[in-house]
Amino acid sequence: MDLDILQKDLLVQIADLHDVPVGAYNIRANGMAAGRQSTENVEIISKLDKPGIDIIIKADTKNETVHIPVVISATGHAEIVYNDFFIGENSDVTIVAGCGIHNCGDQESKHDGIHTFHVGKNSKVKYVEKHYGEGDGNGKNVMNPTTIVNIAENGYLEMDTVQIKGIDSTNRVTKAKLEKGATLVVTEKIMTHGNQSATTDFDVALDGEGSSAHVVSRSVAKDSSKQLFLSNINGNNECSGHTECDAIVMDNANVSAIPKIMANHPDASLIHEAAIGKIAGEQLIKLMTLGLTEKEAEEQIINGFLK
Amino acid sequence: MLELKNVCYSVEDDGGKDILKNVSLKIEDRFVVITGPNGGGKSTLAKIIAGIIKPTSGQILLDGVDITNMSITERANLGVSFAFQQPVRFKGITVHDLISLAAGKKLTISQACEYLSEVGLCARDYINREVNGSLSGGELKRIEIAMILARGTKLSIFDEPEAGIDLWSFNSLIKVFENMHRTIKGNILIISHQERILNFADKIVVIADGEIRKIGNKDEIMPEILSGSKQICEQIKV
Repeated sequence: MDLDILQKDLLVQIADLHDVPVGAYNIRANGMAAGRQSTENVEIISKLDKPGIDIIIKADTKNETVHIPVVISATGHAEIVYNDFFIGENSDVTIVAGCGIHNCGDQESKHDGIHTFHVGKNSKVKYVEKHYGEGDGNGKNVMNPTTIVNIAENGYLEMDTVQIKGIDSTNRVTKAKLEKGATLVVTEKIMTHGNQSATTDFDVALDGEGSSAHVVSRSVAKDSSKQLFLSNINGNNECSGHTECDAIVMDNANVSAIPKIMANHPDASLIHEAAIGKIAGEQLIKLMTLGLTEKEAEEQIINGFLK
Repeated sequence: MLELKNVCYSVEDDGGKDILKNVSLKIEDRFVVITGPNGGGKSTLAKIIAGIIKPTSGQILLDGVDITNMSITERANLGVSFAFQQPVRFKGITVHDLISLAAGKKLTISQACEYLSEVGLCARDYINREVNGSLSGGELKRIEIAMILARGTKLSIFDEPEAGIDLWSFNSLIKVFENMHRTIKGNILIISHQERILNFADKIVVIADGEIRKIGNKDEIMPEILSGSKQICEQIKV
């Protein structure tokens, strides 16, 4: 792997990788390929028409993990990357993506990743995505991930996304279409601080009979940051959908949650829940009676909430 | 030893009301139960001792140290524990996390399990559960008590441990307190209406209408309470 010390540190932050990962991987650093490995069942090839890669996973691939981290340590670097995942039938795989930016300059660094998943029949995919930014310059760290998910009959995709620190501006878009018996589970965790802003937008079409979606967002907004949660679940068949936004708002932060559910079929069963509020005073008091200071209590509550 | 000297607490709402009137009390015995009618000031007194409410006037001493102006955290670190009447729920914080925070150090699973077993919970089933709405009132109450055991401080206050739990949980709760009565070091102060808890008190304090009406051992106080003596207080019900 041809990475500098900052990039190696970012890799630890976003993917817990201290060395070359086991199995298939593609590491992108400052827009260049820094390492790639395909395996017998997982083929990674560069796109010819635009930046990005195709990840082709053979049918019946079980218990394999694919890592595709992106690290940026150059100020002023902006990129749009297209990654397409083709997951064959009857597979069971974990895909670890993520982007880390270290910006110590004055110019904006930006990564827009557009990930498209084609989950084959009866396949199970766990998709883990972690976004992280750092740097002591005035340049902004911007990430706008778009995730497009198509799940075939009885397929399952679990998406675990985390953005805890250092991203000044983000606009996350997730669009999913589910066929018969397919399942989508999304768990999103976001923390914003300073003057950061984060928008997250889910659009789910439950097209197949017996399909189901469970979209849960937990977030903490500190200082003067702003967050907007949008979700739109369409029940187009006999299906079940659930969307939940749970946010803690602190200081002068601002959080909006606009969940929308639409039943286009009489047997669609859809639920939305949204709750925004400050940390409950009784939670702070309880932890203080255990000997914690108010600040320590606040940290424990937030860490638990976003765990 | 805890000592309250002339503690008063009043609120200004609705034209002003005196919640506690000149309460003076020494907690020297191992197991002291405060009882009395609802609205009489018992929970307020417990919160004043824990530092959650500041008294309007008066003094609170713990082993001779004036803690009246100390924060909740400072009192906790000096050895005051407080089990809430309504246990607090936390999203994402597990039973193991809370017991560790109570103990003041990261406990191993087997150490944390010991405290859960003491309050009659099968530790394996609970240790990694979140302390959220998925736990019943009785379960939360026992976890609340396990936290007090894990702290092991010189003063432990329980605000109506029997409130909001079903009869089956109550029977095992009584066993927990009987056991604690035998084993715990330091002073225990329980606010309760339950005859079975009053029955193993070393001392009973009756509070009504913001005042201490009577202090004595159970042989002196229980007959009066059970006979509904008007001298003690008019509305007392156990």
